[in-house]
Amino acid sequence: MKSSLIAANRGALIAESALIRTVIVLVGVAFLALFLFMPLVLVFAQALSSGLGAYFAALIEPDAWAALKLTLLVAVISVPLNLIFGLAAAWAIAKFSFPGKSLLITLIDLPFSVSPVIAGLIYVLLFGSRGWLGPWLSAHNIEIVFAIPGIVLATIFVTLPFVARELIPLMEQQGTTDEEAARTLGAGGLKIFFRVTLPNVKWGLLYGVLLCNARAMGEFGAVSVVSGHIRGVTNTMPLHVEILYNEYNFAAAFAVASLLAILALLTLVLKTWLESQGAGNGSNKH
Amino acid sequence: MSVLASARRPARVIPGFGITLGFTLAYLSLFVLIPLSTVAFKTIDMGWSGFWGVLTDPRTQHALYLSFGTALIAALVNAVFGLLIAWMLVRYTFPGRRLIDAAVDLPFALPTAVAGIALTALYADNGWIGSILHGLGLKVAYTPVGIVVALVFIGLPFVVRSVQPVLEDLNLDVEEAAATLGATRWHTFSRVILPAALPSLLTGFALAFARGVGEYGSVIFIAGNLPKVSEIAPLLIVIRLEEFNYAGATAIAALMLAISFLGLLAINLLQAWNRRRTGGE
Amino acid sequence: MKIDIRNLHKDYNGSGVPALNGVNLTIEHGELVALLGPSGSGKTTLLRSIAGLESPTSGAILFDGQDALHQDVRDRNVGFVFQHYALFRHMTVLDNVGFGLSVRPRNRRPAASEIDRRARELLALVQLDGLEGRYPSQLSGGQRQRVALARALAIEPSVLLLDEPFGALDAKVRKDLRAWLRDLHDRTGHTTVFVTHDQEEALELADRVAIVNRGQIEQIAPPLALYRSPATPFVYEFLGSVNVLPVDVRDGKAFLDGCPVPLADAAQGTDAGAYRMYVRPHDLRLSEQRTPGSGALGVLQNVRLSGGLVRLDLKLDLIARPIEVELPVSDPRWSDWKKGDKLAIAADRFHLFPQAA
Repeated sequence: MKSSLIAANRGALIAESALIRTVIVLVGVAFLALFLFMPLVLVFAQALSSGLGAYFAALIEPDAWAALKLTLLVAVISVPLNLIFGLAAAWAIAKFSFPGKSLLITLIDLPFSVSPVIAGLIYVLLFGSRGWLGPWLSAHNIEIVFAIPGIVLATIFVTLPFVARELIPLMEQQGTTDEEAARTLGAGGLKIFFRVTLPNVKWGLLYGVLLCNARAMGEFGAVSVVSGHIRGVTNTMPLHVEILYNEYNFAAAFAVASLLAILALLTLVLKTWLESQGAGNGSNKH
Repeated sequence: MSVLASARRPARVIPGFGITLGFTLAYLSLFVLIPLSTVAFKTIDMGWSGFWGVLTDPRTQHALYLSFGTALIAALVNAVFGLLIAWMLVRYTFPGRRLIDAAVDLPFALPTAVAGIALTALYADNGWIGSILHGLGLKVAYTPVGIVVALVFIGLPFVVRSVQPVLEDLNLDVEEAAATLGATRWHTFSRVILPAALPSLLTGFALAFARGVGEYGSVIFIAGNLPKVSEIAPLLIVIRLEEFNYAGATAIAALMLAISFLGLLAINLLQAWNRRRTGGE
Repeated sequence: MKIDIRNLHKDYNGSGVPALNGVNLTIEHGELVALLGPSGSGKTTLLRSIAGLESPTSGAILFDGQDALHQDVRDRNVGFVFQHYALFRHMTVLDNVGFGLSVRPRNRRPAASEIDRRARELLALVQLDGLEGRYPSQLSGGQRQRVALARALAIEPSVLLLDEPFGALDAKVRKDLRAWLRDLHDRTGHTTVFVTHDQEEALELADRVAIVNRGQIEQIAPPLALYRSPATPFVYEFLGSVNVLPVDVRDGKAFLDGCPVPLADAAQGTDAGAYRMYVRPHDLRLSEQRTPGSGALGVLQNVRLSGGLVRLDLKLDLIARPIEVELPVSDPRWSDWKKGDKLAIAADRFHLFPQAA
């Protein structure tokens, strides 16, 4: 940001000609229009193509409503768990030195490099009827995959790194002197955490939670594998979009999709705002 | 009074190491490591011949070839346009720049299923763009080209967000120095700017490629999913699971995991190399 | 409070070089002591060990005769001022100062109004009244430093420890704060230890200065004694500039380049052998004639005026580097001396260390 202003103010020595600038901007904007903006506009155009009445009808239809509730439920369970995990991991990694630290960081990042489908597969291998624990689970009448617990587990897996990878670099960069100062002043562990550490990382924390939540509500591949696709029971919103789409009920599919698109836009707005508060140095690659 | 303190050292100054590390390891094992280990055990279980049998199946081979091939092409497209967009965002001022800057992250925020159906509707033969291309004799949706389109969408922010901070940190003095030494703008770009940005570009490329290989949600709508034509590897895993062919699904997953771990290693080495080369971050 | 440090060792894992290598030090009640040394000498490690922020490998630290090493940081009741102050950025100045009182266990915690009153009192003590509502980012470096001090004093520490207290400040503020800290110490009477790499700061401010080098205390003495009689070559070289000249000692006399140099009474018993003579530039005497006892002959290479002093570089045959001599500007002779003049060199006050050391 800063350097662009400098570039604008500096002489022609290191600037491209006006023609080249224009061509580059036009090509870039056209590329983004084709791949980013038009799909986004299309979601809303298609959603409203059968009129506002049909749009809202698709949203308040019971299966859509159940999908929305399940999506929220999954996020409400998985995001706080990954938040606690992220805080614990960042505290251990950033405030202490121990052997194997960089291996641990790599392992925390692992879910990002695993295909979402594989994230679903592993829980089927573990809890499916022919999986390791399958016979025991069915003997005790416990359903995990093709039921809500499986969806939660798969979501936890794919969103696990978000908070941790945002907090670790932030807390490493802040060092340990604030905590040491609080300690010499007599503060205990919880007081140090809540009164000194947490206020220092709050924007980064919110940033991680925001991205974690967006992914938790929007996850498709992993959830699709473990869901079982029972309408009104184990369908999250993205899965509901798929079902409607495959039934050629395009207007309804895009209507539900538009809700998810609004969630995405809201996420981007909040993300931009949090970045202006200094968050977002850790997790621009995921 | 004991003069030797080593017998009973005071605790670490900052509390909570044991409990947070313990929790981290337990949580990570429970949700990531133990579940992932099932792939390894299941693969060992089926034996070399079973594993080899799955991988030599022409349908599997084509699905893997398609996933890696389309991901490679999409990552190359993104490397070119991602660099251009990052350059545009860092160096030029134009109306709507901040909006575009924020919008680059849309693929991170938009659920993949939404992206999938939107791109399909857009690039289908009767879609806004697809109809124009259709008139030119080009078919995008329900072909491997459609898969590339979806993976370009998914991978773009990886390249832009890797390269952008590096371009922002470039020292303009160096470019001015190059200019005073008689370099043309193109020389300065290819000999000064590009080498500085190259490691981050490779990182972004690798991240986009890795993501593309495993991508599922945005691809299955636009791909057409014809076996041996437009069926990607993650979809084949899902199909094998639906057939209760756990071994078949696991063998494909094991291969993909192995390759993505190698990729992860490559990215880490790349970043370490870059840190060494530039003397710290 | 009196602090006793006995044979303190600290190994840094892996590096092979101990950070502390047998430190013995006694700090009397109410004393103001400086730990002075080059970077990496272990002075900060020593200070942090006293605070309980580092765990020494072996040795003992006693506060008023009581074992402190096995006490947790929280229980040692030390006021620690960090090098970059470590002020809590999200708290106002008042909240920063009141923090230590507000985190006490409920049964020992003063009422909120009392915390407020005490914090304001301390801010008045450090002359920051009126800035209670500011945030650290809105303060100058010197103000932050004083907030950090007030915050440390709020817990009524028995020892005040300061890590490079003036390191991050510019020269003018540094001087003012120095005088102010000395004054504060005299009024409050805290046993105070501070770390610095600035010798001027240490010599001006401290009752006693401990020179730290390679994890050991080379010497601890009041500033004047330290400057006048450095105990080791390191202390000599570290404090001020010094010339090192090879001398031979035989028959109770020292010879520089074959010319006898009178030994001080204390050095009379020195064994015969090769020595290195440490002598400060202003303790060297120059004369135009080479008379018996006037010393070795040097060739004048350079004359520079520097403030109230004249600095002369002289080349001696027996060492490669020219030696430096300082004269007051008021000395009438120097303006006649030219480059190439031969001058006899004698020493008034010097110290001999064995050649091998």
